Amino acid sequence: MTTERAARIDNTSRREFFKVGAGLTLAFYLPASQAAKHAGKAGKEDNATPTSPPFAPNAFVRIGTDDRVTIIAKHMEMGQGTYTGLATLVAEELDAAWSQIQVEAAPADAKRYNNLFFGPTQATGGSTSIANSFMQMRQAGATARAMLVSSAAQRWQVAPESLIVRAGVVSHPESRRKARFGELVEAAAKLPVPREVKLKDPKDFVFIGKHVPRTDSKAKINGSAIYTQDIHLPGMLTALVAHPPRFGAKVKSFDAARAKAVKGVVDVIQIPTGVAVLGKDFWSAKKGRDALTVAWDETDAFRQSTADITRQYQALLDKPGALAKKVGTDGATALQGGRAKDALPAVADGETALKTAAKRLTADYSLPYLAHAAMEPMNCVIRLDDAGCEVWNGEQGHTNDQHKLAAALSLTPEQIKINTLFAGGSFGRRSNTQSDYPLEAASIAKAIRQPGKPAVVKLVWTREDDMRAGYYRPKFMHRITAGLDNEGKLVAWQQRIVGQSILKGTALEMLVKDGIDQSSVEGAVNLPYATANLDVELHTPHLGVPVLWWRSVGSTHSAFAIESFVDELASAAQQDPIAYRRQLLAGHPRHLGVIDLAMRASGWDKPLKPGQAGEKRGRGFAVHESFNSYVANVAEVTVKPDGSFKVDRVVCAVDCGIVVNPDVVRAQMEGGIGFGLSAALHSEITLNEGRVEQSNFGDYPALRMHEMPRVEVHIVPSAAPPTGVGEPGTPVVAPAVANALFAATGERLRQLPFKLGVAKPT
Amino acid sequence: MLTLNINGQNHALDVEPDTPLLWALRDTLQLTGTKYACGIAACGACTVMLNGAPARSCVTPVSAAVGQRVTTIEGLPTNKISKTSQKAAKAVQAAWEKLDVVQCGYCQSGQIMSAVALLASNPQPTDADIDAAMAGNICRCATYHRIRAAIHEAAHSLT
Repeated sequence: MTTERAARIDNTSRREFFKVGAGLTLAFYLPASQAAKHAGKAGKEDNATPTSPPFAPNAFVRIGTDDRVTIIAKHMEMGQGTYTGLATLVAEELDAAWSQIQVEAAPADAKRYNNLFFGPTQATGGSTSIANSFMQMRQAGATARAMLVSSAAQRWQVAPESLIVRAGVVSHPESRRKARFGELVEAAAKLPVPREVKLKDPKDFVFIGKHVPRTDSKAKINGSAIYTQDIHLPGMLTALVAHPPRFGAKVKSFDAARAKAVKGVVDVIQIPTGVAVLGKDFWSAKKGRDALTVAWDETDAFRQSTADITRQYQALLDKPGALAKKVGTDGATALQGGRAKDALPAVADGETALKTAAKRLTADYSLPYLAHAAMEPMNCVIRLDDAGCEVWNGEQGHTNDQHKLAAALSLTPEQIKINTLFAGGSFGRRSNTQSDYPLEAASIAKAIRQPGKPAVVKLVWTREDDMRAGYYRPKFMHRITAGLDNEGKLVAWQQRIVGQSILKGTALEMLVKDGIDQSSVEGAVNLPYATANLDVELHTPHLGVPVLWWRSVGSTHSAFAIESFVDELASAAQQDPIAYRRQLLAGHPRHLGVIDLAMRASGWDKPLKPGQAGEKRGRGFAVHESFNSYVANVAEVTVKPDGSFKVDRVVCAVDCGIVVNPDVVRAQMEGGIGFGLSAALHSEITLNEGRVEQSNFGDYPALRMHEMPRVEVHIVPSAAPPTGVGEPGTPVVAPAVANALFAATGERLRQLPFKLGVAKPT
Repeated sequence: MLTLNINGQNHALDVEPDTPLLWALRDTLQLTGTKYACGIAACGACTVMLNGAPARSCVTPVSAAVGQRVTTIEGLPTNKISKTSQKAAKAVQAAWEKLDVVQCGYCQSGQIMSAVALLASNPQPTDADIDAAMAGNICRCATYHRIRAAIHEAAHSLT
């Protein structure tokens, strides 16, 4: 073993934590995960204590005398494979056997489990889980390993350097002595925690970059995996809430008589967000809510229709917006957001360059509001008693939710105990700094709480509730104008963006700088294509539609606009779309890396096989960087004589730095492509006088089996620090498909979902 | 009181006859492997088998399930289903694990029930057969690519 980097666990509370001793450590761990597991399945507490205390050298790993190695995951598992990734990192440096690894969710405790990229906040998001944990989890594993080695060295009276560790066994080759981890943990637990440990040289990796199976497959295949929806606690009531039909409306009055007459309905109460019907189970609460009559006060309700908003956005596209980025011909950058143009340092102007350009192109792109529509509709279980509040949730923002719930319940954040369960998808929805659905659950528990008795409530949103509750990917419109010289090179790129701010008015408002929400302009302000002038402007209309990030955030719209437009430029310059991009990306080796790999793997240099008689085939390309990962897609489509089309094949190349688990990377690319394609083909939330028109998968269709293309994923080998894969697979497929449809039909589709002209999804 | 035969066992249930089978399974019997996601038979997450055929339990009233053999994910692969279904279930679950099909996993009980029903009736499905049999099951993580591969893998192991 060589030293990649002498490392030390940075967890400030580590020593304190360790000092409390193994017995107390056990007590600390049991309530959150074990109680949840047992209460969830059988409705009873399990107070059984293992006979031997485990070895818990740090907050992330615990090893029992039974040889089980438990990895404590600070990030929630919503399908992205992070449990497997985090476990891989610990197991690698620990030299455990993969079969002895299990994963459990960490409790809410930002002191130990904060996201190292987010400061003192425990949260999962922004495709950061593996990136921020890469060294931390390896150090956790290496620390435990060092202590097991010391323990064996002491037992056998040999030098630690003479020992080797492999697959959960420490051995002394010279004397042929061996000990399993489980045989060493009791003595190891009494040793001091080393301050510095050596990490492996990447050439010695046995798990990182290799195939290991997912840790959550079995439970998700046999139905035993527990989600919030599956929690059942003693005395628990199920609550459904009648929400107002328009955003911003309130309850004026309600008649609960018919609802209360439904068998199984226990209570009907008004809460800040509507009227809650509590029943002994889902079906009684649902029937009760169906029987409820509510009159709404819609004085402050949002009443615009999608067409009104579109008109307003189109008008804004004609007006200069706040400047998000300006780079001049002279190379000078005048950045700053929000200020009027005349207040900026003088830089050569793109307007002038546009006037003298050999060719000038302009195009508008339009993208709708989108719901996340995770398979598990939002839900939350809350148990409120004298000691505090216990939460069961597919928890994505532990620290934020602790603070929000504490404020609402007049408790301290430490009194909010969170049991993090598997989430049935999220795509950004569970990471809401407004804590909307946990607060709703808490408001119900607070309202029904009787002195001396716990209030136990499971809030369940139906699919319809989930789809109409807002927090959509904002509707966005882009206008891009570019000037080209005679060789097709860019002399000016002007991009005007219109859309609501996700961050304004939230706990993350500090990320809005000088009026520019960076999440609205990402992808555009860091345009990789070489241009003599770059202008990015932003309009941020304020509307009463709640908005939120949606898998890959700003790139969901900027990549579609930019990658479609670059394709239009290539076409105007009469150049191959990939060759055209390559010459504008000279200073961007990682873009070029994925471009070249996708090109080779897709057979771009060979003509596309023709379809059947009357069919048109086309191939399109797009490349985009998001969350510091680089993804290129080649999409192949077949358009039938009736105008319907099928995406046949998507070849994907990805550069996400060091790959921890290649199969999880592939899975995230496959899924990200499917998720992006689902939106491109089908998804649109529309408003009719403020009412959301969609309600379920009938009118908000999702991609289905027959529409999923063949996906081939290729990974660029890299020694760069690992970056995320949960989101970057999503934004590239829509422009790749639009460009393929153009290649097949000559028709440009500049609006999502694709629905113009002849090209319609099959 | 109604009596339902679930995974080979009779259960006496005190529920309203209009209660969907899904909620009787989940809330009354705490068989939570069968999932709620749409409530209108549009997504397939609640798929169970009734006498071996796939059914959406979210729109099947318990009264309609009386007298039928109900099989849920918890009943796979060993319970009292036909030999063919048992073999298909074993092959499907093994293929799902081998190819690491799952992501969030919430839809997978339903996907597996549909796949088992498909293979029990058609042990060597074509891509078109898979499209037809699986069209009712939505996966928002879009694991379709691997579901298709796993069904082929399972079919291969059945030969």
